[in-house]
Amino acid sequence: MKRTVPLIITFLTGTFLVVSFFVPHSPFGELEQRLLIWFAIVAGFTMLLGVDSLIRAHVRKVARAQGGWGHSAALLVGLVATVVVGILGRVQYGSPFHIQSPFMFIYTYTIVPLQATMFALLAFFIASASYRAFRARNWVATLLLVSAVIVMLGRIPIGAAISPFFPWAQEWIMEFPQLAAKRGIQIGAALGAVSMSLRIILGIERSYLS
Amino acid sequence: MGSLGIMIGTWLAGFLTLAILSFLYKDNPFYKLAEHVYVGVSAGYWLIYVAFFDVEPMLVETFMTETGLERWILLVPAALGVIMLSRWFPKIAWLSRWPIAFTVGVGAGLGITANIQGYVVPQLQATLLPMTGFNLVSLNNLVLVVGVVTTILYFYFSKPHKGVLGWAAKVGIVFIMISFGASFGYTLMARISLLIGRLYFLFSDLLHVID
Amino acid sequence: MEERGKRSFWEVMDDIDRRIIFVILGVVVAIPLLISVGSEIPPTAPVISAHESVETLEAGDYLMVSIDFDATSAPELMPMLHSVLRQAFEKEVKVVMLGHIAIGLPLGHAALEQIAAEYDAEYGVDYVDLGYRPGYIAVMIAMGREIEDIFGTDYQGTPIREMPITKDLHSYSDIDLLFGFEHGAVIDYWVRYAQARFDQRMTFGTTAVMAPDAYPYLQSGQIEGLVGGLKGAAEYETLIGQPGLGTRGMPAQEWGHLLVIGFIVMGNLGYFFTRRKRKAAGGAA
Repeated sequence: MKRTVPLIITFLTGTFLVVSFFVPHSPFGELEQRLLIWFAIVAGFTMLLGVDSLIRAHVRKVARAQGGWGHSAALLVGLVATVVVGILGRVQYGSPFHIQSPFMFIYTYTIVPLQATMFALLAFFIASASYRAFRARNWVATLLLVSAVIVMLGRIPIGAAISPFFPWAQEWIMEFPQLAAKRGIQIGAALGAVSMSLRIILGIERSYLS
Repeated sequence: MGSLGIMIGTWLAGFLTLAILSFLYKDNPFYKLAEHVYVGVSAGYWLIYVAFFDVEPMLVETFMTETGLERWILLVPAALGVIMLSRWFPKIAWLSRWPIAFTVGVGAGLGITANIQGYVVPQLQATLLPMTGFNLVSLNNLVLVVGVVTTILYFYFSKPHKGVLGWAAKVGIVFIMISFGASFGYTLMARISLLIGRLYFLFSDLLHVID
Repeated sequence: MEERGKRSFWEVMDDIDRRIIFVILGVVVAIPLLISVGSEIPPTAPVISAHESVETLEAGDYLMVSIDFDATSAPELMPMLHSVLRQAFEKEVKVVMLGHIAIGLPLGHAALEQIAAEYDAEYGVDYVDLGYRPGYIAVMIAMGREIEDIFGTDYQGTPIREMPITKDLHSYSDIDLLFGFEHGAVIDYWVRYAQARFDQRMTFGTTAVMAPDAYPYLQSGQIEGLVGGLKGAAEYETLIGQPGLGTRGMPAQEWGHLLVIGFIVMGNLGYFFTRRKRKAAGGAA
């Protein structure tokens, strides 16, 4: 029950979807559509799992008044407040996503600036890394560095002002050597994904059951 | 939202932006607070999303409007979804493997055909380029073909890189490094753009010093 | 202290507090933003193709717009989204929005409402927002057979069959072009699941991080056009003749690039000069 049933479920769904790709006619097509709809429904529930462990960890911290419990309390207050205003928005405006809904206020004025600023920090770290770590230690690193500098110069107007070589070289790098390497890597990754999928369907790869 | 609401919201957003930026000086309680608020609010957002973009329209409403078999068969995905939550209870946590097996099976089944039909075949086709005569087009096509082949040889052959394979792998690494350099350049552009976006918010929306 | 006094210029530079680098970057990017509004950026081939793909649409055709990004990449993708929506509404193309990154969806919706208002477009007639459903692979394939199976209602819960724009909308065969705005792997799923299987025409706007990965799709003809990063957004603004935040940000972008190139040069000069000294001292370089 604990291992065999999941392996059978994976085998049957996986095999069926491969077959229905080649035979999209009735009844395979309709059945595939049904499985896809079910998948979308179930996928939503997986999101709940992460939220649960988050709540548990922080409730524990607050209950035991561990160091930094105030921050955990802020996290929980934020979570509860968002859910409450979401439900309020549904009741009051028919949808939490209505432009007047307080849920959208929280979204616009907390989630957006926090998310955007966290990623903006990366600009500072990448600049610092460029200064400290981007060194021409050997020919391989030099190649990487030269390619990066040409691309950076080729994408700004001053690059073209210095020499038409930069925008030209930038486009050439992107369309030929860069593209070739990306394609090579991606073809390998795609074949790897296919073989992994086969291993999963055939029950050889079982790590998802642990 | 009234203008007072927008003003309060903008100042709140401004405070949170500066709280996160303060991390650049050093880790501090304002940053920690903003970080925790972010995690909490985002988790709440996800819950609302699951409720109003998944459970309500796809399960509850469909259950109310459909009839007969179409109605009752919805109990299957509903059950799979609920069983997924058995992870919360250690004694029956093993049950959650069933819906996980279902989602993994769907992903694997779809992935096989999609990767071959949607990537490997069209990308290989696009690499079979003509080389007619000694001209720039042929030369560029040659660069592309050699680049794809040598990159694959470099990454995916576990044999020792000696002899012909060794040379091919050396050529492959040239392409790979040029590609990584280009990716670094593009990543840097993206990060600077994000900083521009945040500074624009501070100067325009919060301080009104630019349009 | 005595040791410190003997240090060369390059050694001091090698050891500089990173916060000084942070301040320099902040100032160098902020100043152009304050004093310059930017000028037209000449478009490149991938962006011209993207613009062309929307130009092929006629009044009444359907453009599906996919919001596959969130606030972490909005500065790059929002200007593109604005331009594409302007171009579409100008041509009286019907816009059907949806999204696979739930946390970014309201950004897309706000842009849609803002641009629709500029053109007096009517919700449910000229444009619609279907919202989001989990499980994007399943959503993409299922839409190839029947959109209503997945999106029975729009983002506000209105049944799609009750709105004129979606009354007869069934599958990709009713969608003339898909324009996705991407900051992650969703572009790969669109191409591998919807383009390959249903032959859906597609064009993408991506973050600069994602653009290099999308070039193979462009060369293979699986996608029609590619708008990459803030520069791509500025180029698109040139093409529609309406400068926006893409063009506005380019001077700051330019100075940011120059500064980082300067950092790389300085870092390497320091590396070479101190390496010689380190070698002379017998230590490993």
